[in-house]
Amino acid sequence: MKVNNEKHNEPLIHLTRRAYMSPWKALGIRGIAIVASLIVSGIVAFILIEKLSANPERIFDFYKCFIDGSFSSEGMAWKFFKNVAILLCIALALTPAFRMRFWNIGAEGQVLMGMLGAIAVAKAGASLPNWLVLILMFLAAVLFGIVWAGIPALFKAFFNTNETLFTLMMNYVATYFVSYMLLVWVPSGNAMGIVNQDTHIGWLPTVIHNYFLIIMAVLILTGILFVYLNYTKHGYEISVVGESNNTARYIGINVKKVILRTMILSGALCGVAGFLMASGLDHSITSTSVNGQGFTAIMVSWLANFNPLIMIATSGLIVFLDMGGSKISEVFDVRGAMPNIIIGIILFFIIGCEFFIRYKINFRKKETVATNSNPEPVPVPVTDNQEANTEESNDEDEMPEIESSDEETNEETDEETNKKEDN
Amino acid sequence: MPDWLNILIDSIAFGATFMFGSTGEIITEKSGHLNLGIPGIMCMGGAGGCLMLNLIGTSNMPGILIVLLGIIASFASAALMGLIYSFLTITLRCNQNVTGLTLTTFGTGLMMTLMAKASQTKYLNIPKKYFRFPFADRTDSLQKLGIMFFLVIAIIILAWFILNKTKMGLNLKAVGENPATADAAGINVIRYKYLATTIGAGISGLGGLYYIVDYSASGEAYKSLEAYGWLSIALVIFALWRPLRTIAGSILFGVLFSFSSYVTLIPFIETTLKTKPILQMLPYIATIIILIVSSIKNKKENQPPSSLGLSYFREDR
Repeated sequence: MKVNNEKHNEPLIHLTRRAYMSPWKALGIRGIAIVASLIVSGIVAFILIEKLSANPERIFDFYKCFIDGSFSSEGMAWKFFKNVAILLCIALALTPAFRMRFWNIGAEGQVLMGMLGAIAVAKAGASLPNWLVLILMFLAAVLFGIVWAGIPALFKAFFNTNETLFTLMMNYVATYFVSYMLLVWVPSGNAMGIVNQDTHIGWLPTVIHNYFLIIMAVLILTGILFVYLNYTKHGYEISVVGESNNTARYIGINVKKVILRTMILSGALCGVAGFLMASGLDHSITSTSVNGQGFTAIMVSWLANFNPLIMIATSGLIVFLDMGGSKISEVFDVRGAMPNIIIGIILFFIIGCEFFIRYKINFRKKETVATNSNPEPVPVPVTDNQEANTEESNDEDEMPEIESSDEETNEETDEETNKKEDN
Repeated sequence: MPDWLNILIDSIAFGATFMFGSTGEIITEKSGHLNLGIPGIMCMGGAGGCLMLNLIGTSNMPGILIVLLGIIASFASAALMGLIYSFLTITLRCNQNVTGLTLTTFGTGLMMTLMAKASQTKYLNIPKKYFRFPFADRTDSLQKLGIMFFLVIAIIILAWFILNKTKMGLNLKAVGENPATADAAGINVIRYKYLATTIGAGISGLGGLYYIVDYSASGEAYKSLEAYGWLSIALVIFALWRPLRTIAGSILFGVLFSFSSYVTLIPFIETTLKTKPILQMLPYIATIIILIVSSIKNKKENQPPSSLGLSYFREDR
């Protein structure tokens, strides 16, 4: 209690890392953040949208647009699930790299190159049987994705070149490379038409619905990746390399090999996303075909704490907001990019609320020790052990899941001890 | 004036967009924060300035006041964006990459919506002439070097001076290299981080205004601003985190970028439309090469600040 007697020596608030927070409480905090962000985006929309500030009573329409954007008709719902599947697929591709703390922000380029590979095969193989073309398209897309992800990985593994900036630059190289190929294919500079429109060679077959195969493929992929990351030796190695290169080397993991292998996987999965988009959706390519989803996928993966199963929910949330934002632009006649504004605001809140999940805010204890009306001796557990425990968990960056030490009770008992000593 | 000089000056004027962006980002990164929100910040800097010009552009204020108010509005709105980033990454210790990318999404979206409301005559066509200050009468490309061009040169020299010749600069670099040590030495880490990220964002934002109103005379200009924001981040690596080098780097980027439009003027090189995208790749490939070379050489003074991208938590050991 020495500190408290000397005035203002202790700051008003100080922060401690939480050792553990129950998943329900964490979910509650996120829920509050989402509600708050919806209110703020309502206010922002009120300022920005003339039709809304003129008729404030239409604010309910504004929120209704979110639901209408994705689920107003069956076709819309299919589109919603298709968008979720594609975004999820790209996010899945990034996740192994992120678990390794390899900040691959080049999905945009890797997916685009995958699409390019698939489209090139579809154009060349117009006279072959469909199943063969599809297999070749798949292989080409995967290969292109691997090459595009492999180059930065190679330099990262051998020279520790900064991967964030390298992969970012590779996006632009890919964009211009696609522009170049388009000029080779269509020298007039016009947009490329639909490939094999009459024969449907290199098109994914329609089962139940156009989008059904894509959605199923991505769902299966999610399951496989979940198992791969959590229950295999490879997945374990990825996590160890992510935690510390030195630890990994010490226990005999070949770090270079893991980096290369993981990035090849990441690139290959980006290629798969490109293949799905080329063969199942676009049947064509432009330099902006991926349309920023490579960047959005980073957020999807990070928000889910790199857990493939939770990523289904986070990609759903982002697509939901995106389609809702488009609907708002349509209903209220807004020019510009309303979905981006809404996604931005909501993500700010979701990112920000992680702080309250990871840290505990402690206010300075009141200096009125005399008011202690509870002189009953409180059983004091041996705190040494527990403190050692929390100290260990402090070293970890992400939420450590150590359940043995509940910091909250620990703190309380500390306080009680102090008071008792004073008395 | 010979053609090549015209082209060079035009490239320099174009490169000034990157000078703003990358000088701001260098100041930010010196405090240990990798701000991937620069494209969004530049967009909002442009939008803020344009909205102010939209208000006062046709009024009968003196030209210099209009320019000044435009610049202040641009700086302020970009700094406000920077403040969002600072609050999230410094106070709330969020992941810098994710926060930056979100800021870019938000900033570009907001700009697109705001700019759709502004009238091109008011923010661009009329006030443009006030920015042309020293060479307003020239008809060649020299007239493209206006007030804001000299402003960015002044900012870069000032940034170089502060970073390398003052105690404040030394403290800032200490914060970026090892915040815990800086904290122990009595430097107010949080304050330095806030100031560096906010002022850096403000400077970057001016690049948006410069590109839309000063350099480019087109009402569609704002749509390509995001790409130049990314290029500004690339230029930081190219310049190896040194403000003065951004001048050389920006000019090189400017030349490489406009090369694709001018290459047809050179008589002895045969080019077709097809090669244009390949030439447009050049600035990015140049950046990749610099990145690789500097990592292979692994010289200590050419590395990014050591704590770049990590948030600082005093209670951590």
